[in-house]
Amino acid sequence: MAPISTASLPDIIFMLLFFFMVSTTMKEVTFKVQIRTPEATEVEKLEKKSLVTYIYVGVPLKQYQSMFGTEPRIQLNDAFATVNDIQSYIASEREAMKESDRPKMTTSIKADFDCPMGVITDIKQALRQAQALKISYSTRKVEKNS
Amino acid sequence: MAKRAAPEINAGSMADIAFLLLIFFLITTTMGTDAGLARMLPPPLPPETEAPPPVNERNVFVVLLNSNNQLLVENQYMDIKELKRATKEFIENPFNKENLSEKKDQQIDFFGLYPVSKGIISLQNDRNTQYQAYLSVQNELQAAYNELRDELSKRKFGKGYADLDEEQQKAVREVYPQRISEAEPKNVGTKN
Repeated sequence: MAPISTASLPDIIFMLLFFFMVSTTMKEVTFKVQIRTPEATEVEKLEKKSLVTYIYVGVPLKQYQSMFGTEPRIQLNDAFATVNDIQSYIASEREAMKESDRPKMTTSIKADFDCPMGVITDIKQALRQAQALKISYSTRKVEKNS
Repeated sequence: MAKRAAPEINAGSMADIAFLLLIFFLITTTMGTDAGLARMLPPPLPPETEAPPPVNERNVFVVLLNSNNQLLVENQYMDIKELKRATKEFIENPFNKENLSEKKDQQIDFFGLYPVSKGIISLQNDRNTQYQAYLSVQNELQAAYNELRDELSKRKFGKGYADLDEEQQKAVREVYPQRISEAEPKNVGTKN
């Protein structure tokens, strides 16, 4: 029996490779807080990645708990932050955007489902002060069961 | 110069290189599935503003959410499953009941003079309310609006709200404008 020709194997692999290269988006930050995404049915997709600023909220991961405690904390980019840092963070993110994109800026709040609303409310107030009014509560889509 | 056949490059390892790259991208990949509940925050108030004119009580649909994630809707306990139906009834007010929202005729494209509800949903939560509970309530309110808009566009245009063109969607949105007001959270009987 003649051996199966493997000459087209690289082509197949390359095709897969290109697919993943195109569809991939690098993870920008390493989470320092635990985030279990809450669920909702009426979700809307966030349109453009470049318009979105993220705020992470959750209990610090095990290795940070000795320093930052077990209360829910805010993470901006790669560092822990407080509510007071949000305004300057939004300002710098807005500065980095193109002029024409700035009004379309969206802030996505990625918070753990078990967070108390207090911290979320504080963030919302800070965002209001920073004029970042378009927000999105990050959720996982579940199907309606009705 | 004597012509020499260029030696053929061995492409046997090409697959290995491609595999390596492929595995790298497989591992680092996270599919872009970012979705969430979209909301607009009210702009910050200047320090000295007059209090807004009082709204007629029947036009306000009060939803309270306490630190035990219990719902109080218009002074009655309610299960979260009931909330969507109650909200729809409040906004739509099909039988023009006295205790549900008032309507005011407005000129709207496609619809002409149409009675638009003046209802406002007032949502208030505690600082210790669980985030998921809060989102569930927001989700139900959103679902109520989405269903109202969908039903209207099916009645009027014969297709779902998502399939309408922009002008039509805008008209439908004007018939059912989303008015959710969030009060500053209170601390009702909690420690901090």
